[in-house]
Amino acid sequence: MTFRKYLVLAGVTVFSAVGDSMLSYGMKQAGNISLHHLGSVIVAVFNPWIAVGIVFLLAFFAAYMNALSWADLTYVLPATSLGYVLLALIARFMLHEQVSLLRWLGIALISGGVSFVAGGPALTPHKHEEQSQTPESEAAGVTEIAGSGDPYQGMPSGVPYPSVKSAPSGAESSTDE
Amino acid sequence: MKHLYTWTAILLVTVASVVGDVLLSHAMKQVGDVHHLWRRVGVWAIVARVLSNRNFFLGIFAMALAFFSLLFALSWGDVSLVSPAASSLTFIGTAFAAKIFLHEKVDRRRWIAALLVAAGVALLAG
Repeated sequence: MTFRKYLVLAGVTVFSAVGDSMLSYGMKQAGNISLHHLGSVIVAVFNPWIAVGIVFLLAFFAAYMNALSWADLTYVLPATSLGYVLLALIARFMLHEQVSLLRWLGIALISGGVSFVAGGPALTPHKHEEQSQTPESEAAGVTEIAGSGDPYQGMPSGVPYPSVKSAPSGAESSTDE
Repeated sequence: MKHLYTWTAILLVTVASVVGDVLLSHAMKQVGDVHHLWRRVGVWAIVARVLSNRNFFLGIFAMALAFFSLLFALSWGDVSLVSPAASSLTFIGTAFAAKIFLHEKVDRRRWIAALLVAAGVALLAG
């Protein structure tokens, strides 16, 4: 785990909490949506709070995709659930919702769960090895991908491993950087 | 009636999220570690890879479903109930789904985390 990866996880946490809060605030302004007037969901998107909330959730999504590319789903989800604590703070102090003692206790338990999973490895070995690569195995993986059936190896300019493509196998030297 | 709407929406958010999470995680594992790819092939190649992945779009569709269900739920319930309840139920469902479909090694540490979060959700909902 590098500092940059922790930063990505922090981004997932913060963007999701702030985004959800903005959506909640906006939806309270927009009023209840009736099942008979589904079109009002579309109108709600033009509420500025909801619009900015959506921007935050897009940022969350980018960070989330980033994290999922190098960590297990069962690591990313709990590791970023500290967002609930943030969410409760926002709900309490900015949206002025009631956060009872029991809810605070629930938040404490969730935080406990986070600390449990955060102590373990981010990526566990999978039964089916996809292209999920540790730094050490990546060079070998790249050769493998380029050698066999990767749909991207035919892509033109600037996209992956042109030198590897022509080489048969054991072309580690050409992938060194 | 309001509670029924809220919890129905929460359940819908949960199921759609679990499906979406599993598909997106699978897609990103197929794409590969973004941090290494970034240095090697640049950001646009990564975008191209992601956008040509079928699982990614299926995942997006499920997430969109979850998102609009969340909008419904949020208009009926408090954000400090709806969002944690849906997200944490998603977490439990995801632990099972990740083990079954993604073959992730969900060890004791991760199950304990799942139970703690589940208990936390119960308290948040109560």
